[in-house]
Amino acid sequence: MNQENIQPIDSTAPHHHDQVDDHKPRGISRWLYTTNHKDIGTLYLLFSLLMLFTGGSMAMVIRAELFQPGLQFVDPHFFNQMTTVHGLVMVFGAIMPAFVGLANWMVPLMIGAPDMALPRMNNWSFWLLPCAFTILLSTLFMEGGAPAAGWTFYVPLSTTYSNDSTAFFVFAVHLMGISSIMGAMNIIVTIFNLRAPGMTWMKLPLFVWTWIITAFLLIAVMPVLAGVVTMVLTDKYFGTSFFNAAGGGDPVMFQHIFWFFGHPEVYIMILPAFGIISSIVPAFARKPLFGYESMVIATASIAFLSFIVWAHHMFTTGMPVAAELFFMYTTMLIAVPTGVKVFNWVATMWRGAMTFETPMMFAIAFIVLFTIGGFSGLMLAITPADFQYQDTYFVVAHFHYVLVTGALFGIIAGVYFWIPKWTGVMYSERLGQCHFWCSLVSVNMLFFPMHFVGLAGMPRRIPDYALQFADMNAFISIGGFLFGLSQLLFVAMVFRCIRRKGEKASAQVWEGAEGLEWQIPSPAPYHTFQIPPDIKSGH
Amino acid sequence: MGNQNISHQPLLRKLLVVSIAMFFFGFALIPLYDVFCRLTGLNGKTANTVAAPSTRIDTSRRIKVEFIANRDDSIPWNFAPEINSLELNPGAVKVVNFHVKNLSAQAMIGRAVPSVSPGAAARYFKKIECFCFTEQPLDAHGEKAMPVQFYIDPQLPAEYSTITLSYRLYKSQGQTVTR
Repeated sequence: MNQENIQPIDSTAPHHHDQVDDHKPRGISRWLYTTNHKDIGTLYLLFSLLMLFTGGSMAMVIRAELFQPGLQFVDPHFFNQMTTVHGLVMVFGAIMPAFVGLANWMVPLMIGAPDMALPRMNNWSFWLLPCAFTILLSTLFMEGGAPAAGWTFYVPLSTTYSNDSTAFFVFAVHLMGISSIMGAMNIIVTIFNLRAPGMTWMKLPLFVWTWIITAFLLIAVMPVLAGVVTMVLTDKYFGTSFFNAAGGGDPVMFQHIFWFFGHPEVYIMILPAFGIISSIVPAFARKPLFGYESMVIATASIAFLSFIVWAHHMFTTGMPVAAELFFMYTTMLIAVPTGVKVFNWVATMWRGAMTFETPMMFAIAFIVLFTIGGFSGLMLAITPADFQYQDTYFVVAHFHYVLVTGALFGIIAGVYFWIPKWTGVMYSERLGQCHFWCSLVSVNMLFFPMHFVGLAGMPRRIPDYALQFADMNAFISIGGFLFGLSQLLFVAMVFRCIRRKGEKASAQVWEGAEGLEWQIPSPAPYHTFQIPPDIKSGH
Repeated sequence: MGNQNISHQPLLRKLLVVSIAMFFFGFALIPLYDVFCRLTGLNGKTANTVAAPSTRIDTSRRIKVEFIANRDDSIPWNFAPEINSLELNPGAVKVVNFHVKNLSAQAMIGRAVPSVSPGAAARYFKKIECFCFTEQPLDAHGEKAMPVQFYIDPQLPAEYSTITLSYRLYKSQGQTVTR
């Protein structure tokens, strides 16, 4: 019931399209000074693609080293730097900016707004990111190398036992945090204040709903991350003892504060993907989304629960049984709203007139594989079992299923879904299908056997391992290289579209797609909805 | 342009206040956790204050108490208990000495942080007097015995038969005594 009633007044949107000059500066200054939500969305997405390959190449180093037992290519300290920086780059550089980029592009189009509410802040929040990652990645070339304490930078690894890269890391995280918080504020203000007349809350597309909830999560927890890195900095350099037992602090306190940020963070990285899938599945099933209200409520419930489960990352720190039980049960409770979502997607497809274009293929793969990641999460939530799984490759398998085949597949599905709207040309379906099948097979070769080696006891974050894991690891590495190579097909697809190679896309693009963004021409004109569209109230 | 004339400032200001508040909330978590742990007796933290004297002795059972001493890299002292373990009746008061010797040519101050395992038994471990209550200065190459006087609360639940008292010795920060 949410989207099918939306109709703009005829010819409101494309009125600038036919004019030759849309007042944008040319060349590099267009991108440096831009306040246009579409330009900034594009910048975010391209930056995140660059970071995907930066973090991805580090993953390739990791998999090359783990191809055989023993030390082949890199020394253990550099290996630790790779796992650490890979995690930081993928979380803060690839997944989060990609979602902000999609929000920049799609949220104003979906709610009928002319632009983001705070366009100059928007420009600033993007341009902080390249600065932050230049600082972070520059440590790789410094004496002593990059941070090596893991992306979770537990103390005392990041204080007593780290080199001065910690200072660069902390400052980079501050910049990323400021960027994320500003981006989140912008999205909240846009959705609150710039909805077209008649676009009531319960008519918002689900991508907008998931993003506003994500934005609130960001505002709640990114400042806590800024606080915890500040404490690490002052503990290391200014003699404070937040986490230093010698001065009355407590190292376990670090984990509590970090995971108070860290657990909502994992939902920050998945909720927008839920929104994307909720846009794609109805379009290709040619049915309205099943259970719109329950989807909204489920998303909000997941966001709320994410604040009271953080210590399930810390079961082995010696918590009292009562606390372990509390965090076990609350964690398992998250399966309920998540299950609601999965069943709603399946129910949306049920008896739909489905077609299987690339976005739909990635969306279906998302639903299946994310659910596998969710199930391994439930296994990890069982406190006594977690003592066995803790710090093994089982954990690595779990969070890569939810982050790669979850978040990343969601983003890729969204890019395939919306790129005809952005560029005005259809992507090559053959290339897209090829990318999908290569990715699907290789990603499961890469991550599925990790469950087994993890259960058999292979610890994570090590450059060498016991001989009995050799065959599995060789297989995993081959899957890793294939998955890395498969993403070149994605890049080829994106650049074909950017260079306008392909069939011209219609405004509607997809037969079953509903919503305001499909009622403006493709490519979306530089300025849209300068006069708000009229949303007809249906029923 | 209808709704585009809405001022964004009020909402933006509220969001800014929330994010700044959350920044300080991160810091506030530390005292909040301390209060929470003190109220609930979690975390194996023993009260670092003088306990009331023992009032009765439970002669029906004996509890084994083990002692562990180790030191941080920051402090070049030898640190060891005079005995590794003893057995006592709940309520009986005992004194155990921990020996320290400063191996360096510098006077310095040490601070011992206690911890009791299993954590849930910590609240039944009563210290009447302890070297961990205060900072411990030691001259260059100096040595001394540091006593801890304690008893086990007779209310200790029956499932505990062994309690481990562990100390970790740290150099008290920024307070090296000048000779």
